[in-house]
Amino acid sequence: METTSLLEARAIGKSFLGNKALDGVDFTLERGEIHALLGENGAGKSTLIKILTGVYTRDTGSVTLDGSEITPANVADAQQLGIGTVYQEVNLLENLTVAENLFLGRQPRRFGLVDRREVRRRARSLLQGYGLDIDVDTLLSSHSVAIRQIIAIARAVDLSGKVLVLDEPTASLDSQEVEMVFAVLRRLRNQGLGIIIITHFLNQVYAIADRVTVLRNGRLVGSRKIADLPRMDLISMMLGRELQDITREHQATEETIAAGEAPIRFTGYGKRGSVTPFDLDIRPGEVVGVAGLLGSGRTETAFLLFGIDRPDSGTASIDGTDVRIASPVAAISNGFGFCPEERKNDGIIGDFSVSDNIALALQARQGWAKPLSSRQKAELADRFIRSLDIRPPDPDRPIKFLSGGNQQKAILARWLATEPRLLILDEPTRGIDIGAHAEILKMIEQLCIDGMSLIVISSELEELTAIAHRVIVLSDRRHVAELKGDAITADNIMKAIAAPSQTEAA
Amino acid sequence: MIDTRNLPFVAALVIFLVAYAACVLQFPNMLSTRVIGNLLTDNAFLGIAAVGMTFVILSGGIDLSIGSVIAFTSVFVAVMVGSLEVNPLIAFAAVLVISTAFGATMGLMIRFLAIPPFVVTLAGMFLARGAAYLISTESVPISHPIIDAIQGFYFRFPGGGRLTAMAMLMLLVFAVGAVVAGRTRFGANVYALGGNPQSAELMGVPVGRTTVGIYALSGFLSGLAGIAYTLYTSSGYSLATVGVELDAIAAVVIGGTLLTGGAGLVAGTFIGILIQGLIQTYIVFDGTLSSWWTKIVIGALLFAFIVLQRGIVWYSDRRLAEGRLKEA
Repeated sequence: METTSLLEARAIGKSFLGNKALDGVDFTLERGEIHALLGENGAGKSTLIKILTGVYTRDTGSVTLDGSEITPANVADAQQLGIGTVYQEVNLLENLTVAENLFLGRQPRRFGLVDRREVRRRARSLLQGYGLDIDVDTLLSSHSVAIRQIIAIARAVDLSGKVLVLDEPTASLDSQEVEMVFAVLRRLRNQGLGIIIITHFLNQVYAIADRVTVLRNGRLVGSRKIADLPRMDLISMMLGRELQDITREHQATEETIAAGEAPIRFTGYGKRGSVTPFDLDIRPGEVVGVAGLLGSGRTETAFLLFGIDRPDSGTASIDGTDVRIASPVAAISNGFGFCPEERKNDGIIGDFSVSDNIALALQARQGWAKPLSSRQKAELADRFIRSLDIRPPDPDRPIKFLSGGNQQKAILARWLATEPRLLILDEPTRGIDIGAHAEILKMIEQLCIDGMSLIVISSELEELTAIAHRVIVLSDRRHVAELKGDAITADNIMKAIAAPSQTEAA
Repeated sequence: MIDTRNLPFVAALVIFLVAYAACVLQFPNMLSTRVIGNLLTDNAFLGIAAVGMTFVILSGGIDLSIGSVIAFTSVFVAVMVGSLEVNPLIAFAAVLVISTAFGATMGLMIRFLAIPPFVVTLAGMFLARGAAYLISTESVPISHPIIDAIQGFYFRFPGGGRLTAMAMLMLLVFAVGAVVAGRTRFGANVYALGGNPQSAELMGVPVGRTTVGIYALSGFLSGLAGIAYTLYTSSGYSLATVGVELDAIAAVVIGGTLLTGGAGLVAGTFIGILIQGLIQTYIVFDGTLSSWWTKIVIGALLFAFIVLQRGIVWYSDRRLAEGRLKEA
């Protein structure tokens, strides 16, 4: 009789440099169960997964597998114990054949040499168990992502065999391919395997999972059977709001918005596999909020607007003339600015001083042939350090030594220095303290009054209801709703997200 | 059907055969075992070093120290045997241990200090060259019964060509290298590293052990190439073999190995060596051409092969994308 659960994690805690990434999280996985692990960015999903798969070691708590306590020291250790992982992208080697990928590191040998025929034979019979009839001698790179994902699953299960962890396995698959992978997962579940899946697509959670566990800010929100969990409840678990909460209603005034035809228009703008074509127009003095769960296409929309990704459909027009925005440089010369979400990777240049970081975008627009003089830079830095209250007010300090909020202000300053007409802010308040949070919101309002157009992407619903004149709601990489005026409430946004979309993930 | 992975190898083979046929048309004498025998002997040390370089490049790395290690080895052996009168076999063994340890140390630094191979082996290049100068700045001739015996040992082909001990050594190294690359777990790990080191690590490839092994192997083969070079010139000279690492890289890439790693064949490097040797031989036969034409032709071929490799990668990506569109 098996009375214990397959995998039990109790009171797991993990800190990085004093920041609690996980705080007393419980997680239980049964045999023959597909368990979805959900939460927004920074909720602690990946930290939990990495503890279970041996990438990190936990600070506190216990993990038991089949009733005995385990502490996997590394990935190979976890594999040996029976916990295998399939990552979204980097999990197999494109330059090797299918068979080589399946048996890398554990090739059957004869007389000390790899027995290629045996490798092929075993690879074929292994894949037949997954209903995959492909030539195992072909290169992995000649197969679609879905097939690769199944091969990765086959390898992980063959290697480990008790628990299968899937980190966003369907992020780059189309709906047919998702179904193919899910069919494999269902079969494995029926064989008694425990499967943990991380995904951002709620449709998929309802399609495949038996149970969900939701994390938020490193804490456990709850673990429920998916059958008794309405979509709306799941979303409010993830976003951390109860529906009956009194919501701060719409606050932004319409006064700032310039009348007349919108000068910046995007029509039928989209990119296959990234964002379904959408229309967007924006006037001076207007804040357009973009809401949606993680992975719903928020950041992809920003990338498209700013020319980081090239659209494959639609047109952009400014002041009535069509423009092509095929690169960030083109976007900047059209008067766009973009503060990305990943400040550390995409935004700041850590070793550069505050003043150099501020001068960057202006310099890029001027072209490298006309360098800003150090006096101009100093003036620029001075002006913004004072007006945005960047602390400490030292223009020569490397920016990596500033707090998150002050870094964010410096990046804002960088774009403000170019005097953009459209500024795109992706999660402008993530990871910064409450004080700086309020200041940045105030600044957005001020910019609006000054006649700038802003697009603000945020997962903080209160933030959007407070500052946005319009909110575009995204779900499954599609612009599903647009809320205006008094309709902008947290409830309405959540309802729009929850409404099941017509199609599966693009 | 030819695997697209090996298309550059096939292209190299075809180019060699066509070029050889063209040479023979112009100079019928080039079709003789004598020419082939000399070609193999003249390029033996380069070929041996290029096998090591093949492993390094397959893993996505580079080893710039090869030429210097060859020079160091030749001076070391020459001084040991010529001046100190040590038995050549002992000198050979000692120098192989030194060069292997040297390569392994570079591998350790690349892996555990996370310094790019280019930088580490650049330092190794200066270090080995400097050590060679330290031993002797003069050309040191050597003569010893054992060395004479090795130099005098050969098989005679029909037609008068000679397969010398050095050429045999090179062929043996190529054969063993091909088996190691294609049929051992170590070889599979080398390809895995060259494909994507992160994925390889996640798949359980012992990245550290493999990296050290690769550079140790390259060091060992550089030492062996140094011995072959000493036998070839009967002397050791610290100024010799400058830039041989670049010739080795050229042979590897012309032989179809992807410069970014992950795809290629040891056999391809052999073709690369043959192509380089063929050009030199042609220039000797012609008699009026400057020997710098070797470099020019090699340069042009390198360009052509890098473009070919890019083209293949681009083509297979596109075909894959088209395949996906059709499925959808």
